[in-house]
Amino acid sequence: MLRLAPKHSVAVRWFHWINFPLLAIMIWSGLLIYWANDVYRIGWGNWTLFHFFPEWFYKSSNIPFRLAEGMAWHFFFLWLFAINGVLYVAYTVFSGEWRALVPHRRSFRDALEVVRYDLGLRKEPLPREKYNGAQRIAYTGIIVMGFGSLVTGLAIWRSIQFGWLAWLLGGYRAARLEHFLLTLGYAAFFVVHIAQVIRAGWNNFRAMVAGKEVVEIEPVSIGVTAVEPVPIESAAVEPEAGNA
Amino acid sequence: MPEEEQEREFKKERKRLNRRTFLTAGAAAIAGTGAWEWLRSRPTEDGALWPLRRGLQWNERFARTYFSETRLAREFPRDAAGDIRPNGDVGIDGDDFDPAEWKLKVAGLAGGPKELALADITSLPRVELTAEFKCIEGWSNIVNWTGARLADFVKKYPPIGLSSSGYVAMETPDSAYYVGLDIPSALHPQTLLAYQMNGKPLDDDHGAPLRLVIPVKYGIKNLKRIGRLDFTKERPRDYWAERGYDWYAGF
Repeated sequence: MLRLAPKHSVAVRWFHWINFPLLAIMIWSGLLIYWANDVYRIGWGNWTLFHFFPEWFYKSSNIPFRLAEGMAWHFFFLWLFAINGVLYVAYTVFSGEWRALVPHRRSFRDALEVVRYDLGLRKEPLPREKYNGAQRIAYTGIIVMGFGSLVTGLAIWRSIQFGWLAWLLGGYRAARLEHFLLTLGYAAFFVVHIAQVIRAGWNNFRAMVAGKEVVEIEPVSIGVTAVEPVPIESAAVEPEAGNA
Repeated sequence: MPEEEQEREFKKERKRLNRRTFLTAGAAAIAGTGAWEWLRSRPTEDGALWPLRRGLQWNERFARTYFSETRLAREFPRDAAGDIRPNGDVGIDGDDFDPAEWKLKVAGLAGGPKELALADITSLPRVELTAEFKCIEGWSNIVNWTGARLADFVKKYPPIGLSSSGYVAMETPDSAYYVGLDIPSALHPQTLLAYQMNGKPLDDDHGAPLRLVIPVKYGIKNLKRIGRLDFTKERPRDYWAERGYDWYAGF
């Protein structure tokens, strides 16, 4: 029997959808800033495999010669990004929702199984929880990364007031590289996240907007509560792994 | 409730949720795009969209209220110092500059305006500083500087009504490049009127004969070849702040 069951609290949905454009603006304005000294590359000595970033990328994204603009956006929206992030963490702590999000001892092994399942190497679905091992690691990791961006950003932006922080991070230059690497991490997260959201389908997306998901439940006998609800798409097609 | 009725109820609610998802997502997309377009179409103030300019000013107030004005930049051993890229030549690119004619014109002093020679600066207590010079573009170099503290300069040449709400304006001799500094940053113990770089007299590219070294600010404030120095109550104009950058530009 199909029923609608609450999945994401209204607070989490707001935090998520507010964060999305804020992070996008931070990454875009960060690119405007990075362009002015675009020294990072993958390579050794004179040999370069990949340069961050190729000229065609800058040109097609209208990045060049906008440093001042980038800084003005970055140092405005950083506050909104930080406040939204801090409130989200505070909310998950006080509501107890962190329990569904923070990895536990089994999560790392589970995550491997999730990846195997996603790649078709494992046939039987994983046991049901709100967020599987891979999701717990990803959704907690992204928060740790957000914290990392604030800390490394602070060490660059206020490198004398927070000189000790810059020193801990390996110096001003190192902090800039770390800040940049975290941004590459967001880009990687975004690609996987979007792919998983598309795979998981409408039921999953709808829950992130409207809060409820369709679940399959056992028909109830009078006075007895049904068993743990199972999302229908997940139950029928690909439990766990598809949830993004 | 009969099962069929439950089924109908479920389908009704699912339909409602589908509609709500479309409407909410659509409204959020429109609101977000609208806010973005609004912000991007605001008139600029000194090259920055005015809401963002307010943001920069707010950050400045925040920094000046809550941060220490005397916290020191990290210093490095002398042998960590290296060369530095002479990035810009605004204000020092003319060929009509005659070092022999150079004088530092100082205004806003209690004793009236003064014209000083380099010897007047080198006779002030000599300070050496090896610090990281950070360009606003994102690169940095550790450089060794020798000069006189601006804080020692004002002891010898006291300005009129010096207060932490005041400012210092500095310009190149041709007035093409100019910076404004808040007094606490200008009188920071690591702010130098420098005449040597890495143990040698400044060359033209680095602002001979006298330049400003102010590690608590981005490179854009480290004016090369100071021609005029003015203590003032009004916030001075600033070359890069007029071109969309933060006026304060402090670390």
